[in-house]
Amino acid sequence: MEYNIVLQDLKDHFKNDILSVDESSDIFTIIIASESVKSIITFLKDRYQFIFLTDLCGIHYPEQEKELGVIYHLHNLVENKRIRIKTFVTKENPQIESIVSVFVGANWMERETFDFYGVYFVGHPNLKRILNVEYMDYHPMLKEYPLEDATRTDKDDCFFGR
Amino acid sequence: MNNTIDKAKYNVVEAPAGYSAPGLFATSLDKAVGLARKNSIWPLPFATSCCGIEFMATMAAHYDLGRFGAERLSFSPRQADLLMVMGTIAKKMGPVVQEVYEQMSEPRWVMAVGACASSGGIFDTYSVLQGIDKVVPVDVYVPGCPPRPEQIINGFMKIQELVANESLRRRYSPEYKELLESYGITLM
Repeated sequence: MEYNIVLQDLKDHFKNDILSVDESSDIFTIIIASESVKSIITFLKDRYQFIFLTDLCGIHYPEQEKELGVIYHLHNLVENKRIRIKTFVTKENPQIESIVSVFVGANWMERETFDFYGVYFVGHPNLKRILNVEYMDYHPMLKEYPLEDATRTDKDDCFFGR
Repeated sequence: MNNTIDKAKYNVVEAPAGYSAPGLFATSLDKAVGLARKNSIWPLPFATSCCGIEFMATMAAHYDLGRFGAERLSFSPRQADLLMVMGTIAKKMGPVVQEVYEQMSEPRWVMAVGACASSGGIFDTYSVLQGIDKVVPVDVYVPGCPPRPEQIINGFMKIQELVANESLRRRYSPEYKELLESYGITLM
């Protein structure tokens, strides 16, 4: 199974949804439109045996127009081939279809992406915070929030070099 | 008063100040209770991270915390005297530490081992509790990242001093009740 055959097949089925291809890094990467995430992943799982979801994570590029990204890593265990799928959504409407019905393991990974980036997964059975406390009111991994705890009261700035 | 036991043969704990005569030793109750309590503290090792590994070394043969009477560790708070929090406590874990503390019966002491338990340590972030004294009252802080077993033993000996010198009425005093209420822990 060669990547360009898979890519050509994808382009035949999902004409305008494959936005771009990136072969420069060690994993073959495609950037797709966010509306067709579930259908493309189902296609790759059924047709090309990419049956293992290695990772599902989010990313935030504030300088892009579509700031929030969700990145899927799929692995074909039979032929030991990996593929990376990137999609981007805007911060105003950060919605992506959930792939929990395709890969059950995506359940907690989507919850983590929601917890840290605010990406809403439509169709997820239980989308709530997983690693942070329930009463946290912001999504901490977005670039505008600092790493340090904003509610800390005992920090004297002169000792911390500020 | 002279002791008739030959001291050179074996080590025993020093007796507190008191009146001794053949077949009789009289001292005050809180000194006797303090002596008994300080040499049989049963810790609850709430080991979360790397400091927990240093505690494992402290309990092992080379440093041996069992010499101090802490041979029997208890993972049930109902049967423990000393809550040793060793490691990073996340904000999500904070209420759990408080619940474990509430389940311990009086008299109870808390030791914060390591920088993370004392003050959040190197992890000044949105997810780490900046010191367990935000959720439970702490008696002894052992700084270090991680503290060496000798330092943990030093902290334990300070707890022993606190245990030996504690007044028997301390846990019923209004100041103690006020202290616990400031953490949101109500005594029944």
